Amino acid sequence: MIEAVGLTKRYGDKTAVYNLSFQVRPGSVTGFLGPNGSGKSTTMRMILGLDNPTSGQVTIGGHPYRRLPNAPRQVGALLDAKAVHGGRSARNHLLSLAQLSGIPARRVDEVLGVVGLQDVAKKRSKGFSLGMGQRLGIAAALLGDPQVLLFDEPVNGLDPEGILWVRNLMKALAAEGRTVFVSSHLMSEMALTADHLIVIGRGQLLADMSVTDFISANSADFARVRTPDTEPQLREKLGAALTGAGGHVLPEQDGALRVTGLPLPRISDLAHEAGVRLWELSPHQASLEEAYMRMTQGAVDYRSTSDQKAGLQQPLPPGAEPPVPVPGQGQPGWYAPPPPQQGGQPFAMPAGGPGAPAGPYGGAPAGAYGAPGAPAGPGAPAVNPYAQPAPQAPAAPPAPATAPAATPDASSPAADTNQPEDAR
Amino acid sequence: MTGAQAARTLRSEWTKIRSVSSTGWTLSVAAVVTIGIGMLISALTRNEYDSMPIQERLALDPTFVSFAGMTLGQLAMIVFGVLVVTSEYSTGMIRVSLAAVPRRGTFLFGKTAVAGALALVVGMVTSFATFFLGQAMLGPYRAGLGDPGVLRAVVGGGLYLTLIAVFSMGVATMLRSPLLSLGILMPFFFLISNILAAVESTTKVARFLPDQAGSRIMQAMPRADDVPYGPWGGLGIMTLWVIAALAGGYALLRHRDAQ
Repeated sequence: MIEAVGLTKRYGDKTAVYNLSFQVRPGSVTGFLGPNGSGKSTTMRMILGLDNPTSGQVTIGGHPYRRLPNAPRQVGALLDAKAVHGGRSARNHLLSLAQLSGIPARRVDEVLGVVGLQDVAKKRSKGFSLGMGQRLGIAAALLGDPQVLLFDEPVNGLDPEGILWVRNLMKALAAEGRTVFVSSHLMSEMALTADHLIVIGRGQLLADMSVTDFISANSADFARVRTPDTEPQLREKLGAALTGAGGHVLPEQDGALRVTGLPLPRISDLAHEAGVRLWELSPHQASLEEAYMRMTQGAVDYRSTSDQKAGLQQPLPPGAEPPVPVPGQGQPGWYAPPPPQQGGQPFAMPAGGPGAPAGPYGGAPAGAYGAPGAPAGPGAPAVNPYAQPAPQAPAAPPAPATAPAATPDASSPAADTNQPEDAR
Repeated sequence: MTGAQAARTLRSEWTKIRSVSSTGWTLSVAAVVTIGIGMLISALTRNEYDSMPIQERLALDPTFVSFAGMTLGQLAMIVFGVLVVTSEYSTGMIRVSLAAVPRRGTFLFGKTAVAGALALVVGMVTSFATFFLGQAMLGPYRAGLGDPGVLRAVVGGGLYLTLIAVFSMGVATMLRSPLLSLGILMPFFFLISNILAAVESTTKVARFLPDQAGSRIMQAMPRADDVPYGPWGGLGIMTLWVIAALAGGYALLRHRDAQ
């Protein structure tokens, strides 16, 4: 168990971490979330006794790290994948760490196998990719078979297969009763990996709750309504009707409407009364990413401004129209719609409107790749779930299972996206 | 610091030091430069001997002549000492190392001991090799290992190279940056110290600089000057400098954030 009490760290007049108190319990994966520069790494370094807190303290199993007897056998950490002497081979790097804590050399070869680096064990780590570096760092963390594990951004630079591997590794380690503390700035990743979340922004605690609680506390249900693309006036008409009935309507990028405050049957009734046909009426849950961004939006240190390209702007050729700004984008407080859940668009809808013929590989989701031969079982498309915003995913036949059912079970987005991977 | 932890740290540091190529490069350059220049100066001295004034002939210290390459060879030893320490910082490895050895005194002890021992072995081999090869070049004017003061000077040469390396490690632990450390140590030992020793007004102070004091031990024949310490006294002064550098490094390492 890791316990921080009133942890504060100042560098000069910049406060990196302020009055942070939390506990990381064994037997579950605890996600540590925050935007860049929010103090995650600083906190991790203080846990490991590398940085001294300005005030407050953090203990592991009741001891400050620097007083832990044989610390490397109790705590394993991946802090920075690049923190390796590039001229040293992977095996020698791990061997030097193993010898420090009296771990036999054969354990080095074991962990090299576990992380899949056995073939490059004798190579200098200078030539390693970021992903290989992450694997080497994870190997170092696993070396002492520790009960407490810390990982700072472990999936940075990993390929999808590696991300899946890390995710399953974290879960497996937690299932063995270990304390697993993983930092990330990706909410979507944490939603799939973590059981518990600690969210910080500008060095202060924003949330400390289970993923389930986080989801129910932060995500709002909404409906996506889509009127025929060919008749934009229907959209206006429906929007007015819904607003009149007390709903809150937001346009989405693809021309659909996001409706909150009205139950689905009521939306259908209103549309019927207004004489508007619907192409889509689907229940959704705001993504965790969105909830997380809403929570941390006041605490982002590094925010991009729009690129005016001053002096670089070419005069538009006569007759050309300036690009139309996408509604909502660039406005504070507006969040992109949640990525389509598995299966892409819930209902197969040719992108070019009803009249446009779908080319063999073209935009039409139900094109050649969505052919019946594809091994896409209902609810378990064969696509990699990491390719999350997956409009190219073969839209399975509109079976009920593919519709992203907003079940009351709040953990469902995590659970069902995960299903196919665990089965592998 | 328990004995077991110290032994593990030593083993680990040995793995670290032997598994990077900079160790081999810096130490072999130190040996080759010291021996090569020593041989060259010895050969030149032999050729010039007949044309030298009588006082110089009488004062000729063949042992010290063969150590002429130390001034340059020690620079490679400085690079060795600096790189052993600063590579931890420049690669970020220091965080991994200190997470594994939370007791920072143990860490510094292990690193200094292993690198110091390696420097001692290389320094001794270099010192003996440069002596024997240099004497061979001197031909008829050579000194023997059994002559008075010679064995002390040759062993002292090995100790001198070792202490230079360890001193650099202490300074590098304080400064952390390889560029900063080398940028201070190299000009200091190659130029500044020698200039201060040559300028009349600072010569009395310069005597107490680590290299000026330490190099005294490499002179086999006593010199008629007013230096207030003997060969071992000089090495003692150098050792004090080394202890001060290591203590400074430890004091900073202990309280500083590891980065």
